[in-house]
Amino acid sequence: MKKIYANAREALDGLLKDDMLIAAGGFGLCGIPELLIDAIVDSGVKKLTVASNNAGVDGFGLGKLLDTRQISKMMSSYVGENDEFMRQYLSGELEIEFNPQGTLAERMRAGGAGIPGFYTKTGVGTQVAEGKEHKDFNGQTYIMEEGIFADLSIVKAWKADETGNAIFRKTARNFNPPAAMCGKVCVMEVEEIVPTGSLDPDHIHLPGIYVNRLIQGEHEKRIEQRTVRKREEA
Amino acid sequence: MPWDRNQMAERAAQELEDGMYVNLGIGIPTLVANYVGDKDITLQSENGMLGMGPFPYEGDEDPDLINAGKQTITEMDRTAYFDSSQSFGMIRGGKIAAAILGAMEVAENGDLANWMIPGKLVKGMGGAMDLVAGVGRVIVVMDHTNKHGDSKVLKECTLPLTGKGVVDLIITNLGVLEVGHKGLHILETAPGVTRDDIRAATEGTIV
Repeated sequence: MKKIYANAREALDGLLKDDMLIAAGGFGLCGIPELLIDAIVDSGVKKLTVASNNAGVDGFGLGKLLDTRQISKMMSSYVGENDEFMRQYLSGELEIEFNPQGTLAERMRAGGAGIPGFYTKTGVGTQVAEGKEHKDFNGQTYIMEEGIFADLSIVKAWKADETGNAIFRKTARNFNPPAAMCGKVCVMEVEEIVPTGSLDPDHIHLPGIYVNRLIQGEHEKRIEQRTVRKREEA
Repeated sequence: MPWDRNQMAERAAQELEDGMYVNLGIGIPTLVANYVGDKDITLQSENGMLGMGPFPYEGDEDPDLINAGKQTITEMDRTAYFDSSQSFGMIRGGKIAAAILGAMEVAENGDLANWMIPGKLVKGMGGAMDLVAGVGRVIVVMDHTNKHGDSKVLKECTLPLTGKGVVDLIITNLGVLEVGHKGLHILETAPGVTRDDIRAATEGTIV
């Protein structure tokens, strides 16, 4: 069982093809798989559909794949923190499927758990419900949403052992576990690969069964909205 | 004098009770955190955190620690982190007692519109549809009228909905309205505002 690869390019070798569906972890720029995104840019693969809560910013994160027009469709809950995205979206070059954030997360989790569809009351009576099956349970109406079964998952964790058992840090966990679960193959980048046996088994957030390939690297970890308060005077 | 932003937030904070887990939206709702006083309130941030603390001191910002508005924040002793599917599991599952949100329009039956204006830039609903469908109580905090003076409290929403029949309480600069079965009830008026003032500024049915 060899999961560790030298770099992002090698970790993605043989996995990329045009028209594929990629699930990506991250929320805003927090916990995004920056190294794998860069390697996908370099690969030149095209017509990607990307399931990701957001679409990065101009020149960073998934914004890089938009700049190179490698993405043809986004499945997201909130976008538009970048001008190039909006330009492509408004000109019709880029398709977007808006998903309520919790529905997107659950669609990934469900896909990873072998559940092709589920019912939720999120979005009932809104545009999101149009064309979807409605069903009543205990007097309440729900709509059916489908699990996401991605060709490839790209995610980022803080630490992993050599078998892929992973730990996330603070709110950088976000969409990474459900995104990792829903791919046929999952490639994970981490800040540090530690020897197997050095992580407490009770503290693993994502078991290594979900991780097929693993790389360690340096992350920029850009902050999107820097907000601070003043120190009180001593 | 109608309430200002801070007074609206202060009034909204009165709706919160000891022990509640609460989600605050962006804008005026964020200010509610300043007015909870001694009440034991735990704030949820839907990107995967319970027990959200204030902004960090300069130099202490952590790129791995942000709120749903992507702002840098801090943790507290009680903080717990989890992934997005569990975060919305607790929202959809009714574990969050209340959400306080901004709105573009609210209808007399509790319909809420706060995510898109047709013909304008659509950025997405984020977690708003999940929150209004799932939490125990939805409290809207907004100005009673828009910048043209038109009522934002309507018989029917004109904008695409975020949720149908989801709003429980509306706190505006003019007062507090409850969504009832047959229409809106005026619970309170801001100082110097009369019930007739509220009726005049409200298109929806007041009973």
